[in-house]
Amino acid sequence: MNPLDILLWVAFPYAAAGVFIVGHLLRYRFDQFGWTSRSSQTYENKWLRWGSPMFHYGILMVFGGHIVGLFIPKPWLEFFGVTEHIYHLGATWLGSVAAVLTIAGLAILLIRRRLVARVKLVTTVMDKVMYLFLAGTIAFGTTATVLYQVLGAGYDYRGSISPWIRSLYAFQPDPALMSDVPFFFQLHVLSATMLFLLWPFTRLVHVFSAPLGYFVRPYIVYRSRDGHRGAGSQKARRGWEKSELPKDTREKVGGRR
Amino acid sequence: MRVMAQMSMIMNLDKCIGCHTCSVTCKQVWTNRTGVEYVWFNNVETKPGVGYPRRYEDQDKWKGGWQRNKRGRLKLRSGGRIKRLATIFNNPDLPVIDDYYEPWTYDYDMLTKAPLSTESPVARPKSLLTGQNMDIKWSGNWDDDLGGSQETAADDPILATMSEHVKMEFENTFMFYLPRICEHCLNPACVAACPSGAMYKREEDGIVLVDEDGCRGWRMCVSACPYKKVYFNHKTGKAEKCTLCYPLIEQGKPTICSETCVGRLRYLGLMLYDADAVLAQASVENEHDLLDAQRACFLDPFDPEVIAAAKAEGMEDDWILAAQNSPIYKLISEYKVALPLHPEYRTMPMVWYIPPLSPVVDVISTTNNDGEDARTLFAAIDKLRIPVEYLAGLFSAGDVVPVESSLRKLAAMRSYMRDINLGRDRDESIPEAVGMTGPEIEAMYRLLAIAKYEDRYVIPKAHVETARELEELACSLDTDGGPGMGGPSVATAAGPYGKTPGMPLNATVDNYNEMVGKGSERTKPTTPGRVNLLNWTGGGVPEGMFPPKASGSPA
Repeated sequence: MNPLDILLWVAFPYAAAGVFIVGHLLRYRFDQFGWTSRSSQTYENKWLRWGSPMFHYGILMVFGGHIVGLFIPKPWLEFFGVTEHIYHLGATWLGSVAAVLTIAGLAILLIRRRLVARVKLVTTVMDKVMYLFLAGTIAFGTTATVLYQVLGAGYDYRGSISPWIRSLYAFQPDPALMSDVPFFFQLHVLSATMLFLLWPFTRLVHVFSAPLGYFVRPYIVYRSRDGHRGAGSQKARRGWEKSELPKDTREKVGGRR
Repeated sequence: MRVMAQMSMIMNLDKCIGCHTCSVTCKQVWTNRTGVEYVWFNNVETKPGVGYPRRYEDQDKWKGGWQRNKRGRLKLRSGGRIKRLATIFNNPDLPVIDDYYEPWTYDYDMLTKAPLSTESPVARPKSLLTGQNMDIKWSGNWDDDLGGSQETAADDPILATMSEHVKMEFENTFMFYLPRICEHCLNPACVAACPSGAMYKREEDGIVLVDEDGCRGWRMCVSACPYKKVYFNHKTGKAEKCTLCYPLIEQGKPTICSETCVGRLRYLGLMLYDADAVLAQASVENEHDLLDAQRACFLDPFDPEVIAAAKAEGMEDDWILAAQNSPIYKLISEYKVALPLHPEYRTMPMVWYIPPLSPVVDVISTTNNDGEDARTLFAAIDKLRIPVEYLAGLFSAGDVVPVESSLRKLAAMRSYMRDINLGRDRDESIPEAVGMTGPEIEAMYRLLAIAKYEDRYVIPKAHVETARELEELACSLDTDGGPGMGGPSVATAAGPYGKTPGMPLNATVDNYNEMVGKGSERTKPTTPGRVNLLNWTGGGVPEGMFPPKASGSPA
């Protein structure tokens, strides 16, 4: 275990996680106004109509795959009868569909961003840095998968990368697990870590605004000027309330309602 | 019954001269910024015409508003909750900027900096999106006064529903102006479509607003609004819309568009309505019944039961009084001359219109008949199908009866008042013919024709009580974390312009300068070298608070 291993597989991930968490908290607290996906759909919709859904659905599938592969320990899946062979088939086939969607979608989005003048001009430096690491992460991950899982004999990352990640979460980091991982997998992990570090400072924060509450809230939302119900009225501050009969007497007298 | 108050507007279209002053003043106040160059909270359309954005009334294309499904329930035309979130990565019904227009400026520098030459320098139009030279092909008002309507008017969605004969002849027949702002609907589709729940209807006065901090830029409100009056700020990535100038309304002043209206055609006032009745009334089967359904939601502010219920909800007496004096209530419920714009969208819009009689009068005048004679006017309203049917397409889902009734009342007023002004005997058969009485006609005449400022705008102030104003003298230690902290809620202790001591202030035109001045400005010493501690917010150490440090000695 050399110092470089500790730097790359312990210090860097923890630093990125720290920036990720604190960065999001601070931005959420102080930059609500900047918290948006900054859609460019009004500028151009012919490319976006295809690219955006492809990329987003693809990356959601990729995310799901990573959850299964990285966070569910191998014995747990085997308990449910998911053998290495079944897992490999599922990961490769579903993963390929997801990868094709994601890569094609991202390609459309990037080409659009470069070629459509209106969109190009509203692209910030941070957007470009973010796209670099996002595209890099996806490219390295795909390369590694194609080289080792599709063309090669298959690399069991669930025996090395997955336990390493879980060791980070358990605060028992084990960098040794990562030292013999193939180069492209390493690059993929490092690029992804960098993306997480940048995350709170980019438009990617919109991921955390997935509006799931929309399923359960009433359609029409009413809000008060000052957080108090009543037309034209204003909630009295402590000590400034109107003189009124105490509550239980009011019931007996038959006051309101 | 849940009594709510709605600040509403009525526009008397007969008086609109299409000067666009409302649009310009509104733009100067609200959308004179980057990202909203193309945004017109208020715009004036020539009708017949395609409107702004182009063909916004074509809901088969834009899928705005509500629809009644087979089970009799209301559903957003653009789809329910699941479909909305499934299409969140690309809103399928969103107008792109070219459906409005590409915003531009002119290369004005060229006019002053061009080198001496035999030709005059020209300021070329430059796109504000790309910075490149551009050809101006469309804008917010391209078909103003029917300009170019030979080519574009056939695209008017209302005209498209009418017969060939009408389409061919409308140009020789009629034209009028339709100023539009946000409708501040009772059943707003934009609010219902917002995935983030950032759009809301204010409980106090029914104004529909966007919480800019909560908006995440999903753009569903833009497409769900059938009037296309929610706009996307393409620079900030947030939705923006007409606010009914709430900082003015809260102080009992009319909106900018109303205040500056040259024709004095806008009316502002309260309507009381039963919020529990809205959904059922918006769901009635026949579109022609929607006008009466909406009227049925409104409550009589003179009814003792309504007053009691309103008070139980916490409404103050001056608001109830304002609702009783409201010009809106008179025009909608008493005289029944005002009609809603496109009730068939089922959003229950609250900016209503008095349809223009002038297209009818114009036709009579061109045939050398007496345009102020009641019988001639009544006959013309019955005969002139073209303007009446078109108006019905706008204001009553195609039902000509309410439009005719409204126009006949205006015609009756016109000829009844002429007799009075010329000193003739009053002809009481004229008001009778439209189901009104002489005094009623005269009262309506005062409201519509004399239109005094205080009759047009009956706006009760928002209740920020005296006690609260006193709090503004606040203790300077009452800041977040300060020793006097704990009075006002800490979460809201920060005003829009930074931390303010005491209560959070609502930004209004009147207190803006005071609020901006809070903090650094106000602690500036009036006497050099001294600090007014009463104005110290507790943040930072203003110059002069402590005597200068003696050099050399430890602090």
